Amino acid sequence: MEIINTLKGEHIKELLKNNRRIDTRAFMEMRHVKVKRGVLPQAEGSAQVDLGTTKVLVGIKLMPDDPMPDTPNQGNLITSAELLPLAHPEYETGPPSSESIELARVVDRGIRAGNCIDLESLVLEDKKVWSVYIDLYILNFGGNLFDASTMAAMAALLDTKIPKYENGIVVREERVKSLKIDNIVSSTTFGKIDNYMLLDMNDNEEGMADARVTICTDGTSIRAMQKGLSGSFKPEEIGSLIDVSLNEHEKIKRILEK
Amino acid sequence: MGSSSNKPELLKNGKRLDGRDFNELRELKIEAGILKNADGSAYLEWGNNKVLAAVYGPKEAVPKHFADPTKAVIKCRYAMAPFSSLEDHGRTGPNRRAIEISKVAKEAFENVIILNDYPGAQIDIFMEILQSDGGTRAAGITAAAVALANAGIHMRDLIYSVSVGRIGEHMAIDVNKIEDNYSDADMPVAISPRNNELLLLQMDGGLTKKQYEESMVMILEAGKKIHEVQRKALEDYYSINKKNTEQE
Repeated sequence: MEIINTLKGEHIKELLKNNRRIDTRAFMEMRHVKVKRGVLPQAEGSAQVDLGTTKVLVGIKLMPDDPMPDTPNQGNLITSAELLPLAHPEYETGPPSSESIELARVVDRGIRAGNCIDLESLVLEDKKVWSVYIDLYILNFGGNLFDASTMAAMAALLDTKIPKYENGIVVREERVKSLKIDNIVSSTTFGKIDNYMLLDMNDNEEGMADARVTICTDGTSIRAMQKGLSGSFKPEEIGSLIDVSLNEHEKIKRILEK
Repeated sequence: MGSSSNKPELLKNGKRLDGRDFNELRELKIEAGILKNADGSAYLEWGNNKVLAAVYGPKEAVPKHFADPTKAVIKCRYAMAPFSSLEDHGRTGPNRRAIEISKVAKEAFENVIILNDYPGAQIDIFMEILQSDGGTRAAGITAAAVALANAGIHMRDLIYSVSVGRIGEHMAIDVNKIEDNYSDADMPVAISPRNNELLLLQMDGGLTKKQYEESMVMILEAGKKIHEVQRKALEDYYSINKKNTEQE
């Protein structure tokens, strides 16, 4: 396995010198995206996103809950990620890895900072509020979990219906209205391999990356960023990736809303 | 980024609540080499933040299968003490936020530590936040860089970290707790001063590209001052120790 990865890595780097990628894409070209909403009707919202060979399933559940002490007039948003052991030979059962925590927190940050959900519309009677649980289920790792997960979470939120809540009881069979979505964010993750910048790395490329940065925007503002891996970026490199990210937004938004 | 409700004013007569200018850092003090058992250590006070950083190693990596025969492995722990804030008692040990910060801090240090000089070894970096007042990851990383140098770990550079926030249309360096909670954006970074490259970059809230660029100018300017305090902490430590040896 090790030797195959080394050879593949050398091949990837050799191709980059000739302006080519291992799967023939342009440097700033995203893989084909397929979004399916409402795949799990028993969840309040759901979506599956295929980004190349990466497969992410998101389920949304709503629970009546106490509000956070500092936000008594808002619903709660809780995001977690499961890198399922069936998604990759190196994923194992056990407590959440730092990778899965980072993934969940970066997705959460984009959606939260983008004010995507109208949390103030989630206040119930008796000082209760809805907690919106976003569960990211990684079904197959094919690189770039960040963008696939944000897309899947956004699509699932757009699919979410709020159940009936009466006298402190949730009637899940009856759904009264759609979850109010105020804004749509899109995530774009770039890799840096030998000073070449690539959008949407596949798994082979990700194995070779020196640095990685995720930029989440709503088309006008940057809403969240996260740099990863031990390589570095020049400030102006991030600046030009921000431009790409802002430009990609409309395209991703259209795919999500379809 | 806190709630939009009950948002306090963060500016008074065009200045920040603590009287600082937008490009002004809080007072920063660092002392190197204060823990006897650690191979390197630093105590930092940055505004009301109080941070203890320590480095153990290079030492044999444990468990054995964790070792890399070509280079050192870095373990990094950032954690906030349960009594560190004005709020209720927190939980002991790293929570999900702390695990994420530990990860991105580790990746930043891996950039400058010459890992290949220590094959099969492990280097532990600890950042304990004893008192917090906004910008604790910046304080932790800035202190840990000094602790690494104090431990004599081979490094390409002495890195620093600082956070920028947006208050309305103003970018403000080194945001404190209340600014952090209610600002319109927050962007912590870690920088390698030798080439001004970004080793850590996180951000949330809302920023235009122009505001990002403005922030970077501010960061690199403030970084010179932070770097100077780090250098001085190390110089002080070694000049004091030299004097002591001469006296003996």
